Amino acid sequence: MSEPKPTPVTAPDGQEPRPRNLFQRLYAAFESPGRRRALHVVILAILIVTPWISSQYTTVILTNALLYVVLCLGLNIVVGYAGLLDLGYAAFFAVGAYTVSILTQQFGVNFWAAIPFALLAAALAGVIIGGPTLRLRSDYLAIVTLGFGEIVRFTARNLEITGGASGLSHIPEPSLFGWHIDSSIDFYYVFVVLAVVAYVASQRLFDSRLGRAWLYVRHDEDAAEAMGINRVATKLAAYVTGAIFGAIGGIFFSVNLGAISPESFSFQQSVLILLAVVLGGMGKIPGVILGAFIVVLGPELLRDFGTLRLLIFAVLLLLIMLFRPSGIWPEKRS
Amino acid sequence: MTWYDSFLQQLVDGLVLGSFYALVALGYTMVFGVIKLLNFAHGDLYMTGAFAGFGGLSLISGFVGAGWLGIFIAMLLAMLAVGCLGVVIERVAYHPMFGAPRLSILITALAVSLVLQNAALALTGGQYTAFQTDLGFGGFNLGNLFLSYNQIVLVATAAVLLIALELFVSKTLYGRAMRAVSIDKDMCRMMGINVSAVIAVTFFIGSGLAAAAGTMAGAYYGSIWYFMGFLIGLKAFTAAVIGGIGSITGAMLGGLILGLLESFGTHIPFIGSEWKDVFTFSILILVLVFKPTGLLGKSEVERM
Repeated sequence: MSEPKPTPVTAPDGQEPRPRNLFQRLYAAFESPGRRRALHVVILAILIVTPWISSQYTTVILTNALLYVVLCLGLNIVVGYAGLLDLGYAAFFAVGAYTVSILTQQFGVNFWAAIPFALLAAALAGVIIGGPTLRLRSDYLAIVTLGFGEIVRFTARNLEITGGASGLSHIPEPSLFGWHIDSSIDFYYVFVVLAVVAYVASQRLFDSRLGRAWLYVRHDEDAAEAMGINRVATKLAAYVTGAIFGAIGGIFFSVNLGAISPESFSFQQSVLILLAVVLGGMGKIPGVILGAFIVVLGPELLRDFGTLRLLIFAVLLLLIMLFRPSGIWPEKRS
Repeated sequence: MTWYDSFLQQLVDGLVLGSFYALVALGYTMVFGVIKLLNFAHGDLYMTGAFAGFGGLSLISGFVGAGWLGIFIAMLLAMLAVGCLGVVIERVAYHPMFGAPRLSILITALAVSLVLQNAALALTGGQYTAFQTDLGFGGFNLGNLFLSYNQIVLVATAAVLLIALELFVSKTLYGRAMRAVSIDKDMCRMMGINVSAVIAVTFFIGSGLAAAAGTMAGAYYGSIWYFMGFLIGLKAFTAAVIGGIGSITGAMLGGLILGLLESFGTHIPFIGSEWKDVFTFSILILVLVFKPTGLLGKSEVERM
């Protein structure tokens, strides 16, 4: 078993390479700009119409899937773009959720006024964990982020202001210009907007100067540094951007559920987000979105299998890693 | 009780905890030494070992009882079974990934960990399983210090296993091959060392030691469940890092140091026992940031 052969960028005779297998042909169909635009319109239309034609259960599950889209796109910046393995991503998710919950519930701050503080806190957390550790390479970084994630969770469990092990409840629902956001359909649309914003932001970042710097650092750190890219600052930017995406997910997650507890931000949560990114294809935005949907909808579809469903899911994951190590929809540029 | 007695009590508790950490840390460090892989599934092999020991004990307790002898035989059975499982995991999951990007291999290891955990979850339904033994709580007093027989046997067994491993690695042919493979795999292949066999032996021993720790922990604490491997896996990794990852003596040392640090650290004023894990992970981060080679690790040029 080896890695799938990389598709050549140009065929020897200078022509565009012809996609070979079914997957590649399918993906290639979506690559042309015109089709892509059409696809965007279709997906957006489906997202808008769905809650009106489906049950509330479907709406809630889809809301959860959209939350994962935001989180996965955020982690994708860290893992997929910058190539840093983060096993404690749920920590940023937790920082966002807890900051907003504490500010709104215990200090009576308006929800929208609390958001900048939560983002600031998450960015700060990104700098705190990133600053000293980004000089480390490879596996050690993974373990440090894991340790950091556990520290955040244990701290949330031990402090009084975070509500201890039982967490916080009765988090007030936000309202916007008189629109009280409280029903599941309201939250569904909020998450549609968030997912779209995260998608556009990811795409813009990917095409930006910073995005190319990440690509370069991921491929060859030393060469990147020799070309004048500040290695640590570039990685730190990835961390902070990822942290802000995570915090946004956390902020709306907390008001959607109305209650949070430390167990919502466990290592399993971090792993699930990472799995979605890897499963879909690191660095490939549509792949990551696909991964987020698989990770949320997969266990739901396997619900009939009871406790076996997680096992089936884990085995499928292992098989995917063994047979398609670069994900279902891999990024061509790498 | 004077501070001196309390000090000795912490010392004993720390040694017991440290023995578990040391046994599990060894597996991490050996595997890392040989194939440079952070085996995330290692903590779950400890868990599997506890269940295998439990299964083994219920098979044989009818013949030899659930006392020292029964547990010892169950532990050997668990070591054998989980050792083989470790070899199978290496063959099925890690071997095909050889040469793949590091990130992919790490994630494969995570997937293996999830498979083991969820298999145990599906089998036990997520309940705690009582690990019943006839060991009792006997012991004797040394001044104000209470030493249970269980603690003594446990630490002694761990010490015997550690010394046996040290002898195996330093004196035998396979031990020498193992050390050679950890330095340069390609060169070993050219010198006629069967690298695959060495890797298999490494996984067998590492997993076996984790299973020994799992069975002993099950018998000592009296209950086992599917998630017991997660935290100890992380902590054993911390121990391996403190000692210097890749160094076998370092892993033993790191395990004992971490056990003692935890046992004493929870008695520092203002740091309650609920902060124990925060304390451990802070140590991990500090060591990795300031001395990534650990106490006994060799500094080497970092691979990308």
